[in-house]
Amino acid sequence: MEKSALSGSLSGRLSGTRIRALRMSRRLGQGDLARMAGISPSYLNLIEHNRRRATPRLLEAVAQALQIPADLLDEGAGDVQIQALRAAASRASPITGAASAPEVERSEEFLGRFPGWAALVTQLSARSEDQNRIIERLSDRMAHDPNLSAALHEIVSAVTSVQSTAAILAETDDLEPEWRARFHHNIHADSIRLANASDALVAFLDTSGEEAGLAAPQEEFESWLARRGFHIAELETVETSATPDYTALIEGQAELASGPARDLARAWLARARDDALALPLDRLVPPLTAMFERGEGFAPDTLARDLDVPLPLLFHRLATLPAIKGVPRFGLVECDGSGTLTFRRPIEGFALPRFGGGCPRWPLYQALAQPHRPLSATLEVATRPPARFAAHAIATARDAHRFAPPYVWQSAMLITPVSAALPRHRRPEDIPEADLVAVGSSCRICPRAACDARREPSIVSA
Amino acid sequence: MGHDSFTPPAQQPRAGAPRAAGQGGGRRVLVVEDEPGIAEALRYILQRDDWLVSILDRGDLVVEAMVAQPPDLVILDINLPGLSGLEVLRILRGTKGLEALPVLLLTARGQDAARQLALDYGASEFMGKPFANKALVETVRRLATV
Repeated sequence: MEKSALSGSLSGRLSGTRIRALRMSRRLGQGDLARMAGISPSYLNLIEHNRRRATPRLLEAVAQALQIPADLLDEGAGDVQIQALRAAASRASPITGAASAPEVERSEEFLGRFPGWAALVTQLSARSEDQNRIIERLSDRMAHDPNLSAALHEIVSAVTSVQSTAAILAETDDLEPEWRARFHHNIHADSIRLANASDALVAFLDTSGEEAGLAAPQEEFESWLARRGFHIAELETVETSATPDYTALIEGQAELASGPARDLARAWLARARDDALALPLDRLVPPLTAMFERGEGFAPDTLARDLDVPLPLLFHRLATLPAIKGVPRFGLVECDGSGTLTFRRPIEGFALPRFGGGCPRWPLYQALAQPHRPLSATLEVATRPPARFAAHAIATARDAHRFAPPYVWQSAMLITPVSAALPRHRRPEDIPEADLVAVGSSCRICPRAACDARREPSIVSA
Repeated sequence: MGHDSFTPPAQQPRAGAPRAAGQGGGRRVLVVEDEPGIAEALRYILQRDDWLVSILDRGDLVVEAMVAQPPDLVILDINLPGLSGLEVLRILRGTKGLEALPVLLLTARGQDAARQLALDYGASEFMGKPFANKALVETVRRLATV
């Protein structure tokens, strides 16, 4: 396609010029068209050179002679369609060489003679362009998604181990008994790991229909936070009251592809900044590390009281800490009054659903029924082998100063590996069964078939 | 990490090394791999080929270990705690005496882009996971004779 053919603009092109172009594209003489329209050739000549303005009635006669809709000859009319056709032509890939390239210079004629086909071409081209954009965005999303990447890496690693080990077992006739036992043990361990990784992949790919899609804004936002390790160091400069440049932190981030995701990120940054000002790291970290060093057990209520901060704020700070020696990583999940998860900070071994609600047995939801009353529980998650976590939850009103209903409730649940949360003298396996709350991630991927809280069938088996 | 326990080098099965009838000739190979099952399988197949195998499961321990006891060849995973395999490789290639050390890079990301990246960082050879034991041993033999 010639560049010059595409670069010219038709915007504002006059009716006379348009008539002349259409007449010539049909290889009609000026005299022929004049006769067909019932005017003199000299008058048509003046009109074609825009020295006379054609009346609506005359335009209609010319259009009839040219066998095109009359409105195509209105000044400015058809420009949008022509531009759209040209845009479609510019996007067309040269598949079979110049001979089959779109005849851009005949766009106007094409539009005039086949307005329906022209509309279809531009519509298909626009749709194709939209779909290309979606595909690019999803591909980018898949390539950068830390959950998918982690799940696939886990599977490939387990498969590699199983394959190499199985080959040794199958191909070595005189394998020493201790090596054989060791390899059997490894294959067993890797098969469990593979099953868990498969579950994680199922959980990731389970989209629960079309409700969210791969590039849901919340997912984009959380992928970005995950890549940043859920800690934005730029927000911690509390010695200055100047607001950090949120735009600089957000712009150009591959994960934040959509406007809504950037809005979520901006709102989160503002909240995290407020939290950092209310509870700076140099106030939080010393008592926190001291608590774990003493080995007396993790007590967020004590911390919140000593630091004089609300529990939800403390939870959020704990879940967004940088790595600190002697302090475990915390998970956090938050929901609104409808139970919809609004924030997920995963922790290894405790799968959080990508879409929909979580496990109804989570203290997160129990807390919604008892606002402002902190709840704690030891959870046993349905993994292989089962993993145990300490959960601390509280539900609060979003606007604590509001007198009149409806109140907007929100709930937060901090998740801590039970090995870190227990006093040093207690072991996780010593917790009596009666003190454990059996939970899952979400019903759809939970293997607990007999759960009384189940709301839908599971796609995985125990 | 999926394994409940990984047998460190000092606690290998008491049967010791498999009978060596291979081409390693007692040369040293350092395996840097944080996946215990893979590391143990590598140990076995390489010892069976008469290589002296040591294993590390962190990237940040590699350079120190190599200065203390330089191996004849390194098998290096890319995804490592402490320091990534690519970073380790970059440091090795900038360390006097280790510029030409044969390094076989292993990764779960077997695409062309990852392969090119590995070679750009100075890997002698690149293998995607999962790999065939025989192919790995043959690659090690070949690299060690260059």
